[in-house]
Amino acid sequence: MAHFEKKRGKASPEVSTASLPDIIFMLLFFFMMVTVMRDAELKVDVNTPEATELTKLEKKSLVNYIFIGRPKLNYRDTYGTKPRMQLGDKFSTVADIPLFLEKHKATLPENQRQGITSSLKIDGSVTMGIVADVKTALRKANQLKVNYSAGKRVD
Amino acid sequence: MGKTNTRDRMKNEVNAGSMADIAFLLLIFFLVTTTIAEDKGVLVRLPPWSNEPPENLKMNTRNVYSVLVNADDQLLVRGENMRVENLKEATKLFIRNPRKESDKAEDPTKAIISLKNDRGTKYKTFLTVYNELKAAYTDLRNDESERRFGKLYEYCSRAQRDEIKKILPVVISEAEPTSFGDEG
Repeated sequence: MAHFEKKRGKASPEVSTASLPDIIFMLLFFFMMVTVMRDAELKVDVNTPEATELTKLEKKSLVNYIFIGRPKLNYRDTYGTKPRMQLGDKFSTVADIPLFLEKHKATLPENQRQGITSSLKIDGSVTMGIVADVKTALRKANQLKVNYSAGKRVD
Repeated sequence: MGKTNTRDRMKNEVNAGSMADIAFLLLIFFLVTTTIAEDKGVLVRLPPWSNEPPENLKMNTRNVYSVLVNADDQLLVRGENMRVENLKEATKLFIRNPRKESDKAEDPTKAIISLKNDRGTKYKTFLTVYNELKAAYTDLRNDESERRFGKLYEYCSRAQRDEIKKILPVVISEAEPTSFGDEG
């Protein structure tokens, strides 16, 4: 009997779980690093239409975003309900596009600049007038690669 | 006895077993709240801007497929009403012209799709129409690559793609929009 008791005393009964939190924290930090938070708060309602001929935008750093839609409820008092354009985090006009593009261009090395794509996130209910104006501004600024953001349509 | 008891109690550590649960909770929270933003869309190459008005090219009307969208989101294709659902097939027929009709494109390389909309057209309609036109070309390219190389266009090598691009170039020209309809 005494023999048995001695053996049981020596063996450590459980695997230590003390390092488990560290492992989970590591996972947590990994996800926190990897997921990119949306850098700009959306001030306009954007509900993109659906399409089938979609191309995926590969390099995030080469993409600049232009949002067009009606101002969200809490901005309607100041900005009205007509469709507006948002560049970065503020309401803008077509005249601000060249500077916006130039600022984005300046962050990239020269050999990558021809790959810059403008992602147009436009609400489906917006009329083409403002879209045409933006397109003209993009053409004048020689930003010709454009991606009309759209969701996948399932037939 | 009492003394040893207190010492035992002091030796006791805070149970760290629940730390994992807390971390898991955080992890799951992050997993749920972060939406991996899938950025997809219809890729378009805009024509370069030039201040001079475009020279009036004499184009054979049989090669031009004009698609007009008005402010009420109605479609007028070559002077006739059409539903969006039929646009793709009609466009394919125009480009391919399998029966060599005299009112359709002489050759796929000469076909030009001209898209014109109004400033009052809904963006959704515009994109749907554009998507159908692009889909028509995608279908034709797939057919062609299937026939030549036995696989879909997107799986072809660069050289094979270039070959197909040469026979089936995507020419969708967008005209300046008219301004008859209401904006807003």
